[in-house]
Amino acid sequence: MEYYLSLFVRAVFIDNMALTFFLGMCTFIAISKKISTAVGLGIAVVVVLGITVPVNNLIYQHLLREGALSWAGYPEADLSFLGYLSYIGVIAALVQILEMFLDKYVPALYNALGVFLPLITVNCAILGASLFMVERDYTFAESAVFGLGAGVGWMLAITALAGVREKLKYSDVPEGLRGLGITFISVGLISLCFMSFGGIDL
Amino acid sequence: MASSKEVLFNPILDNNPIALQVLGICSALAVTVSMANTLVMCAAVTAVTAFSSLFISMLRNHMPSSIRIIVQMTIIASLVIVVDQLLQAYAFAISKTLSVFVGLIITNCIVLGRAEGFAMQNPPGLSFLDGIGNGLGYSALLITVALIREPLGAGTLMGYEILPTVSNGGWYVPNGLMLLAPSAFFIIGLLIWALRSWKREQVESADFEIADNIQYREAL
Repeated sequence: MEYYLSLFVRAVFIDNMALTFFLGMCTFIAISKKISTAVGLGIAVVVVLGITVPVNNLIYQHLLREGALSWAGYPEADLSFLGYLSYIGVIAALVQILEMFLDKYVPALYNALGVFLPLITVNCAILGASLFMVERDYTFAESAVFGLGAGVGWMLAITALAGVREKLKYSDVPEGLRGLGITFISVGLISLCFMSFGGIDL
Repeated sequence: MASSKEVLFNPILDNNPIALQVLGICSALAVTVSMANTLVMCAAVTAVTAFSSLFISMLRNHMPSSIRIIVQMTIIASLVIVVDQLLQAYAFAISKTLSVFVGLIITNCIVLGRAEGFAMQNPPGLSFLDGIGNGLGYSALLITVALIREPLGAGTLMGYEILPTVSNGGWYVPNGLMLLAPSAFFIIGLLIWALRSWKREQVESADFEIADNIQYREAL
């Protein structure tokens, strides 16, 4: 139990998806002007990451990895080169299914997430988490914890940036630095703050 | 119809995918610690963008619009698999250090953005040039960032020593911050500032106009 807790804390703070690995940056910068939309997108990312990483883990462990097909009588088959295609397919399909499911059964959440849900398919943080899961060879339980942790960390980061940017609107920024430039520098400062978690030994 | 020269060279300075369109930042920051990785990454992204634009443009009249995103993703993912296999075959060490970032070219917004925004409306030849142009715009910014980060962070360029570091008996004390994540944000922020001071039409308008300071005496 303790091991999973430390894996979770590590995924949220130390290996933060947005601020340490720069994943999901496009949406991170584009959709962080208001706190309410940032939180909505954050929740959508947590949900999608929490589902896709374990599902991709099952696919990798039982279909793609070297020797995984031995149950079907092909012990020497190695389909790992099909990884990218399968993971992005799983993500796109899952987002679509999730969208239909929420529309039918949880309309409140569906309306809150709105246009962000389909956008998540091309968010690098989602695919990135699946690729990290493969690279670090997580088991099924580990990948579920890692997926949730990565999502929560990303949500935390985008909410923090949205808070900073809401205040930044009222300040007198030099002309060329307005908008994108100052946003980059703010993200740099937030990322510097998150680095202080790096010293925590778990 | 834009001329092919404009299509090829506009994205480098006037319409840079990273500095103006805010596309493809995800991988732009992580690989710039060393010049060798950056060059490989730039070549990979340029190749994938150019060929995905070419193929998507060829298929654009046969794709039902309801499933176009999935078709585009499949084309892009297949191209990335080819690039990844080539890298593993001929540059295994670099493909190891780039780790997941080769795979992440699939979700690089530049590739899908150019496919949706340009290749779906234009003939194959022009789309191919547009892909190369945007790849070059991406490369120009990445190479600039790497040119700052690697020498200042490690005293080397492409692995060759150009600023002899103290630990090797030289005079330069490496700036460790340059090897860490935040420095990339600062450098790109400052580069955008420099670019926009030069090309003034790219400056964004402010949300609020700041009133002039009222002098103490006037206030009285």
